[in-house]
Amino acid sequence: MASLLEVRHLKKYFQTPSGTLHAVDDVNFAIESGETLGVVGESGCGKSTLGRTIVHLLAPTSGQIIFDGKDISSPSKKELKQLRKEMQMVFQDPFSSLNPRMTVKSIIQEAMEIHKLYGGDRRRQEQEVFKLMDTVGLAKRLADSYPHELDGGRRQRIGIARALALEPRFIVCDEPVSALDVSVQAQILNLMQDLQEEKDLTYIFITHDLSVVKHISDNICVMYLGKIVEQCSTDKLFEKQYHPYAQALLSAIPIPKVGIQRKRILLKGEITSPIDPKPCCRFVARCPHAISLCSEEEPKLLEVEEGRFVACHLQKIGRAVELTVPDADVVIINQ
Amino acid sequence: MANKHFLEIKDLSIHYKTDSGLVKAVNNLSLNLDKGESLGLVGETGAGKTTTALGIMNLIPDPPGIIASGEIFLEGENILMLNRQEMRKLRGNKISMVFQDPMTSLNPVMSVGKQIAESIQIHEKLSKVEAEKRAVDVLEMVGIPGERFNEYPHQFSGGMRQRVVIAIALACKPDLLIADEPTTALDVTIQAQVLDLISNLKREQNTSMILITHDLGVVAEVCEKVAIMYAGELVEYGTLDDIYNHTKHPYSIGLFASIPNIYSEEKRLTLIPGLMPDPTDLPEGCSFCSRCNRAVEQCKVHNPALVETDPGHFVRCIHYEEGGAL
Repeated sequence: MASLLEVRHLKKYFQTPSGTLHAVDDVNFAIESGETLGVVGESGCGKSTLGRTIVHLLAPTSGQIIFDGKDISSPSKKELKQLRKEMQMVFQDPFSSLNPRMTVKSIIQEAMEIHKLYGGDRRRQEQEVFKLMDTVGLAKRLADSYPHELDGGRRQRIGIARALALEPRFIVCDEPVSALDVSVQAQILNLMQDLQEEKDLTYIFITHDLSVVKHISDNICVMYLGKIVEQCSTDKLFEKQYHPYAQALLSAIPIPKVGIQRKRILLKGEITSPIDPKPCCRFVARCPHAISLCSEEEPKLLEVEEGRFVACHLQKIGRAVELTVPDADVVIINQ
Repeated sequence: MANKHFLEIKDLSIHYKTDSGLVKAVNNLSLNLDKGESLGLVGETGAGKTTTALGIMNLIPDPPGIIASGEIFLEGENILMLNRQEMRKLRGNKISMVFQDPMTSLNPVMSVGKQIAESIQIHEKLSKVEAEKRAVDVLEMVGIPGERFNEYPHQFSGGMRQRVVIAIALACKPDLLIADEPTTALDVTIQAQVLDLISNLKREQNTSMILITHDLGVVAEVCEKVAIMYAGELVEYGTLDDIYNHTKHPYSIGLFASIPNIYSEEKRLTLIPGLMPDPTDLPEGCSFCSRCNRAVEQCKVHNPALVETDPGHFVRCIHYEEGGAL
């Protein structure tokens, strides 16, 4: 089966006063129809920029985006408008991504009007809005409410209904649950899974929360400073990680259980600057395993076993499939 | 009078008077904390966690806030009876607080070193030079090189700023540290560093701590006791083992089930339906009853008491009350 979306050598750079910021730097992946790809990483790793570039809220610096067999890397205005019917986005902050002066109904209906759906018949559109509200679990009586009258969970449901209004096949979800409380987060996650099944949607799910990403994704990309460092199926990643950053990231997840003991890799320092990065491994300054090659050459993303891609020199030289971390960087956590 | 515990909160109620009615933020909350012990205060937005913390610090904004009832004993002394001057002596010295947002809780026009030295100078009779020397030591204790003494908050990253905030809180070696979501704004690898730092410092200085968080994973790592709050009330309270392995209250059970867990294989999360009740309009009976899967008719009218089901394990639910609807 052909992939629904394919991204090839995608780059997005920003010019800043202090140099070129490499937000997304040579990213490649493909998503099959009906699948969820999780993109995880910490703030500043370029995950949101990646999502926004794919749906053309930002124009890529270079590289190709192929959607349903067509190259959509530099669409014309008309093509872009068509594209909006195919791909939509759900934003992180349900407080700032909704127009405070529009009612719930008009927020959801706006896109239908712009695209003259249902023959431009406003009454038909209205019916569809009510249907959508029902689908995402918003009571009909809220149609004339304004966003500020509603809680975060309901607002995020509006954001989802708005994304669904044009019946897209593909949705980029940028941290859709990170502003929500856990019990509401569970409601939204379940809703998104139901919708995916019902409407055969394809998701890119961007998040920093590894427990959420494990729950919802089929495949995962781990990003660090604009690069994918490890990419494989969710099951494989949580079973074992090959990239030292992925290992540290997964070991840092707090687990709500007691009576277990586990090892945590404590990384030194913080994420380095994405402005004019040196041509070397971007993780080298914090990596507990770095060898001299790491500061000389940039590692490529290579398939180290079937379906698992890792960008690390240690893999290439055949060392350390099982990386052992120096004791100084490990804390034992007794819960 | 002789109190057994280092910190004892008795029957604390805090209300806010607003135009839309009386917000009952904290209702009849009682807690104990011993020296060197850590308590995780867990709950969702609006559960009253931060208000409880501000109550202990005696920092409830008045108006609109009022402490409607209750007593807070710190080493046997009711700190709610202290006047402003006495309370200021206590704050930052005996009790310190780490606020959630490291971006807004530092003074942007004052170097971080001076901000640390400030609190030392206020509470201890030290010269400026001595206080600044202490401040450098404290900076290094939290893992920031002393040379950065003269830098300003904007020159630090989020994780580093949170370290500065922790340094200020620990500068006078407080007996009680209240940390309000200290790692929520941070990335997981940075969160791991900060949690490691807090646990080590706590162990070295035998500080008692109240950690406010919505993250049950963080609590499991750092705390010995857990209190779960819902709509301004404690619904369950006990040791880590009590709460995590012998969860009793339907809300706590629901909370655990709704967290995606990297160890579980479940494809769907279990939900708690609905939302927390409006704190201006709390129901007469149990505040959780409209969302509870074990609710019985009585729950609507009867607000259960906090009952000790096992030694040290308290639950507020009709099903655990004596003669309750088991």
